[in-house]
Amino acid sequence: MKSEKRSGRPGVAARKRIPQLRSGAQCVVDGLVDAGCEVLFGYPGGQVLEIFDCLANSPFKFILCRHEQGATHMADGYARATGRPGCCLVTSGPGATNTVTGLATAFMDGVPLICICGQVALAKIGNDSFQEADVSGITRSVTKHNFLIRSVDEIPETIAKAFYIATTGKPGPVVIDIPADLQKAKTAAKTPHRVKMRSYNPVYKVDPAQIRDLADAVNHSESPLLYVGGGAVAANASDAVAAVARKAGIPVCATLMALGVFPDNDPLSLRMVGMHGSVAANYAAARCDLLISAGARFDDRVIGKADKFAPKAKIVHIDIDISSLGKTVQPDLSIHGDLREVFEALAAEIKPASHREWLEQINRWRSRYPFTYPRREGELMPQTVVERIYELTKGRAVVVTDVGQNQMWSAQYYPCTKPRHFISSGGLGTMGFGLPAAIGAKFGNRRDTVVCISGDGGAQMNFQELVVAVEHRLPLVMVILNNGCLGMVRQWQELFYGKRYSGVSISQTGRTANEGVPDRPGFLPDFVKLAEAHGATACRVSSEAELVPALERAFSSGGVQVVECIVSPTANVYPMIPPGGTVADIINRTV
Amino acid sequence: MSNNHIINCLVENRPGVLARIVGLISGRGYNIETLNVGPTADPTVSNMTIVVPGDAQVITQVTRQLAKQVDVIKVMNMTNRRHLNRELILVRVATDDHHVRAELVDLAALFSARIVAVREDSVTIQMVGNQDDVSDFLRLLSSYEVVDISRSGVIAVNRE
Repeated sequence: MKSEKRSGRPGVAARKRIPQLRSGAQCVVDGLVDAGCEVLFGYPGGQVLEIFDCLANSPFKFILCRHEQGATHMADGYARATGRPGCCLVTSGPGATNTVTGLATAFMDGVPLICICGQVALAKIGNDSFQEADVSGITRSVTKHNFLIRSVDEIPETIAKAFYIATTGKPGPVVIDIPADLQKAKTAAKTPHRVKMRSYNPVYKVDPAQIRDLADAVNHSESPLLYVGGGAVAANASDAVAAVARKAGIPVCATLMALGVFPDNDPLSLRMVGMHGSVAANYAAARCDLLISAGARFDDRVIGKADKFAPKAKIVHIDIDISSLGKTVQPDLSIHGDLREVFEALAAEIKPASHREWLEQINRWRSRYPFTYPRREGELMPQTVVERIYELTKGRAVVVTDVGQNQMWSAQYYPCTKPRHFISSGGLGTMGFGLPAAIGAKFGNRRDTVVCISGDGGAQMNFQELVVAVEHRLPLVMVILNNGCLGMVRQWQELFYGKRYSGVSISQTGRTANEGVPDRPGFLPDFVKLAEAHGATACRVSSEAELVPALERAFSSGGVQVVECIVSPTANVYPMIPPGGTVADIINRTV
Repeated sequence: MSNNHIINCLVENRPGVLARIVGLISGRGYNIETLNVGPTADPTVSNMTIVVPGDAQVITQVTRQLAKQVDVIKVMNMTNRRHLNRELILVRVATDDHHVRAELVDLAALFSARIVAVREDSVTIQMVGNQDDVSDFLRLLSSYEVVDISRSGVIAVNRE
């Protein structure tokens, strides 16, 4: 009305007032563009046809995966490698249920993900319609938030809200379930420029008094230890953490999720802490008088027995997620806030220090207990494979692991120096994560070499996604550590179940009677043939002499390369603190 | 020490929010003793009153997990504040003879409870009170033959 009065020409104003109508599907695509989406992973189906119809004209790339789980892991790998939210689009019912593992993986590790699912028409929800599933019910506990759209007018705002929720506070996956009829319906609603929610305000002002308390604790500590977690990656706090560590001479240990936040080759680095962490890191945790947890959550795989972890230390817990504070270990000081802000403020408050005695003690542990392994005559050791990958890539690659022994050996023998260069499913421990996540990481990071290190178990979950790398001509190296068994489970059966092996032989030899398959020589599956059938170049090596030239070829060729390494079937991951144990229980068989 | 805590939770009045809150509490292994949901003065906001048993650490976790939910506007542990709480109970008690009935009428009067139904063999008492009154009343009734109890669950409001 205002413009009408001002212009004095009702005809023009009336024309201007005619709202521009868009379909719900177009709103989805526009919302993704507005949020900066550059690549969308997904799989079509009956209830997302409208959105796929609009995709053809979109400016971002659409990657057709071969399974919806693969699509979520790719979006996840992309997000972990870039820090930007990963996006995927799937259909209703089975399409959506296939994303659950990928959503849970991202949820546990705080990865920003947007998952858009088709749903049956609004009026048909609850009728057991074809390809109907209660996706908001199913995904509720594995997402940071989910939305079921009930009116086309909600779509633009909901897409903007989803990105806002996924990327702020502790990041996480957000599902938007959109009934097919609402994708087709028209709306005049516009994407809001800014999202504001009365029930969600993830901006926390850190109390300066708490920073002074923390600085005071640091200044008075004789043996401080920084324990850095995945929150430091999400907060891009790498430089701020390093500045504090170097100024106050504080050694740093990292969780699996935080490898690379502080360079593993720095003299102050103790590398990984926890069940398979370095002896030095775990000894330091046991002896320190001040433990500063920066974006870590005292996971049971890190702390073992909760009341024996850092028993002498004053514990400071800094986290953006308030429910993480005091969840498993009661801190003496809890700071709720953004890690980078906290550490930047802290750097100004602390006094320079060297902690000479403490660091000398740590150096003694470090030189006495390096990561090392016994070599077996005539066998290729999996640890050697990782060491050679490290040397050939000069430690600069983005390493994406699967889950199990391969993951731990990668963490131990590939010292990582940059954040977002070690990508692994830490919280959920999802086998089959490695390959699709590596493909997603490569779509996000074209500059660095990306290598996927997997076991022969995990490689058989989601191997189908290799085609995606091949068809998009991504330079990607996948190394399969093939020991013929599900190694980490086998290791637990060896150590804690009296060597009663059950369900762990994945080759066709050495099975127990009830798993009865006749012994069969050769390789099944034949990973070389399998990779070739997917269009990749592949080779198999079983000795160090064959390994190096094979890896050299793989890293220099620029295509999709699969290197299958037949490794020792009995190699174990050491050191190991048994579950629920303490440093006193550490198993470290290095000979 | 394990105690019942009354948690008031202001949430967006939207479909699915109740399921999310209940799922969160049960999914994390906590119990819900009673739960009440209703709109507030602002019709877009609902108030949930949740009674959760647990020690201080459990309750801190529950309130923090609730506060973290995107649809939750505000969480208040009423047990730590000056507040009023009330619960309505309906109890049917067997009355074999008129002495028992007379005793029950007296007892109800002591608690300002009302007899809302009378039959030859039972009386039904409606009682409204705070958590302490309700548990005292039920304890005193336990020496009689209680046939049926229905409880509304606790609601609470800040005193100031």
